Amino acid sequence: MYSDKVMEHFSSPKNVGVIEDADGIGEVGNPVCGDMMTFYIKVKDGKIEDIKYKTFGCVAAIAVSSKVSEMAKGMTLEEAKSLSKKAVAEELGGLPKEKMHCSNLGAEALAKAIQDYEEKKLGKPPAPEKEELHEHPCCCTHCGVENPETAKFCMECGERLD
Amino acid sequence: MEREVYLDNAAATPVRKEVLEAMLPYFDKYYANPSTMYKPGLEVKKVLDEQRAKVADLIGASPEEIVFTSSGAEANNLAVKGIPFAHRKKGNHIIISAIEHHSVLNSARFFERLDYEVTFLQVDEFGFVNPRRVEELIRQETVLVSIMHANNEIGTIQPIQEIAEVCKSKGVFFHTDAVATVGNIPVDVNELGVDLLSISGIPLGAPKGTGALYFRKGTRIMPLIHGGIQESGRRAGTENVPGIVGLGKAAELAKQDVEEWSNKVKALRDRLIYGVLERIERTRITGHPEKRLPAHASFCVEAIEGEALIYMLSSQGIYANTGSACASKALKTSPVLVAIGVPPDIAQGSVVFTLGRSNSMEDVDYVLEKLPHVVERLRAMSPLWKQEAA
Repeated sequence: MYSDKVMEHFSSPKNVGVIEDADGIGEVGNPVCGDMMTFYIKVKDGKIEDIKYKTFGCVAAIAVSSKVSEMAKGMTLEEAKSLSKKAVAEELGGLPKEKMHCSNLGAEALAKAIQDYEEKKLGKPPAPEKEELHEHPCCCTHCGVENPETAKFCMECGERLD
Repeated sequence: MEREVYLDNAAATPVRKEVLEAMLPYFDKYYANPSTMYKPGLEVKKVLDEQRAKVADLIGASPEEIVFTSSGAEANNLAVKGIPFAHRKKGNHIIISAIEHHSVLNSARFFERLDYEVTFLQVDEFGFVNPRRVEELIRQETVLVSIMHANNEIGTIQPIQEIAEVCKSKGVFFHTDAVATVGNIPVDVNELGVDLLSISGIPLGAPKGTGALYFRKGTRIMPLIHGGIQESGRRAGTENVPGIVGLGKAAELAKQDVEEWSNKVKALRDRLIYGVLERIERTRITGHPEKRLPAHASFCVEAIEGEALIYMLSSQGIYANTGSACASKALKTSPVLVAIGVPPDIAQGSVVFTLGRSNSMEDVDYVLEKLPHVVERLRAMSPLWKQEAA
């Protein structure tokens, strides 16, 4: 199910931990969904000097955290901000389709940590809360099969699509 | 790896040696179609009948009350769809519990789309259905009540006898999904008082792709697979003769040793349950501690996620299962754990061990040695563990 790279990062995750005097902290996800990440960054000369994280979640969530920390270390803040979910997944040799959205939270957590740094250290006004993109659950939450937008029940398993 | 310990016997079991041996001649030596009239065909037909008798004997039924199916899931489908279809005139109401296997749950949901009404019966914290509640919910239009004998995820064994009495007194068909029990504990259809009962070959050490449905004599049922008159017209398609021979042999063996095995494996189960609870803090057992399957140990470990746990255990040679949302592909918290009131974040840390005939005390001790380290590693990484400890 998972690529070798994902398994490598899961088995020996890099940069796990907490930075006590972090310049920025970013937290995403919640335990009810099954994935939660907290990223800590240290910034020097506009670059990410150090990065650590704690992650509660599945194999994908842990591997993504590890990969993001590895990629972001040494990046300028602008580079780190433009780090995309897609790029992270690609670097990991791909992620299962159903894990792309809910477990691939690393880049988001990092962006939040940078935002936190900019607000705290640079006095930047808080960015307006982004409208959460609410996708229609066309993928059945029970079996993962895609259904037409108008479907009330999953065509595959009969699960109700709320 | 120091050791390999397979603890997912609810999902698959090795085929028992005697079972495999019994099956082999039916692939290439006795291959005739049992529906034919010539000698080799008649011989195979006779063998099929013998297997039917063995399966019937295991559960205290008569041979003509057994239909062979391709799986426990098919047996559940045949019962949960076949009864409402055949008794449409009586009514359009079905009662199932909220913790049924998907093959029952989704069969019932299928009827919702056909203008049937389905009542999903709630369970208590252990997963028990209250028979009095069944009594209250049965009405004039109720055609079927289906409550599983034991739950595959939490191991709790239901008070089937009491529920059966209620259904009988109200004149409603009662089906039980006994996939998790037949082969693990002695099961007798007359003691239980059920009208229909599903069996899978897997817990018996028969091959995958085998199963059977018991239905009490005189129960009218609509077939799902139409065609020839195999299985007395209740299931068309040329019989899976080697598979059925395997199921028959496994049933014969279980009849001899299920009680003994059941008692023996309980000791392993209890060592595992109490060992885990003792060694790993903030861990709870799911399901009832005693009224549970003899080979079933299930837990929720706080602050970690089940899929990660399963992969990490796998790297230690321990193969187990989880009801975690992330592992389900559906990304949805286990409906069973939700139904018994486990908070969704704690349900993420679900882990299920099902013991088999090959497991030893040493296997259990190996798990008790490795599991705490694996949990500790994941907790060290978890933001929830830090937060809660502070």
